[in-house]
Amino acid sequence: MKTVQRPLSPHLQVYRPQLTSVLSITHRGTGVVLSAGALVLLYWLVALASGPEAYAGAQRLLGSWPGQIVLLGFTFSLYYHLCNGIRHLGWDLGLGLDLPTAYASGWAVVACSVGMTVVTWAVVLVAGGAR
Amino acid sequence: MKFRAPLANVRGLGSAKEGTQHFYAQRLTAIALVPLSLWFVFRLLSVVGADYETALARLGSPLDTLLLVAFLVATFHHAQLGLQVVIEDYVHTRWLKLAGLVSLKLAAVLLGAASVLAALRISFGG
Repeated sequence: MKTVQRPLSPHLQVYRPQLTSVLSITHRGTGVVLSAGALVLLYWLVALASGPEAYAGAQRLLGSWPGQIVLLGFTFSLYYHLCNGIRHLGWDLGLGLDLPTAYASGWAVVACSVGMTVVTWAVVLVAGGAR
Repeated sequence: MKFRAPLANVRGLGSAKEGTQHFYAQRLTAIALVPLSLWFVFRLLSVVGADYETALARLGSPLDTLLLVAFLVATFHHAQLGLQVVIEDYVHTRWLKLAGLVSLKLAAVLLGAASVLAALRISFGG
């Protein structure tokens, strides 16, 4: 492509990160992560459908330390994308578009997604401990 | 002042020639995924540490299979729509972009179908 010499908008790195922009890129990032999560879910469902040996193998893999950390990442990504997605649906309806409300809903998304992740993994650890 | 011809207004498709189809499908699947993903997390939590037979029984009831299939279809469709925008935003080499978008759509259908098939096998066995 031929390079045209014309004014460009400032590059990303000259901006100080703000809550709103960080949450926005995190929404996209978690969306990509969750697409990878869908593949792991596919693997787990196929293993469960394939029989006891395949299921035991999948449980071993996902139950290992690295597996658990990846699942923790998927859990946070899911809750974050869910909470921020509801925020986006509100914006689509024209709700909460002013700056103070956008910041308040942004912090609410952070609090909810972290809180829901902690509660979920507390349940996992209690249920897993009774295995 | 309006710059659009009356015909463009009637068609309502805009410069991308596909109107609000992508936007609408993304929102529709998002709305479906709010209750479905919450249900899915609760269902997964009920099989934490469960053995094979228990997991099979808990995910294989007719209602669970119906909701699981709905969740999987919405998930793979929503993922395809989102990743499509990521490719469109960041891949600027024409053939690479086209190859990426085509592979993404084909993979989403194939892998989505595979996950639905797995859900049905869990329900019906075999």
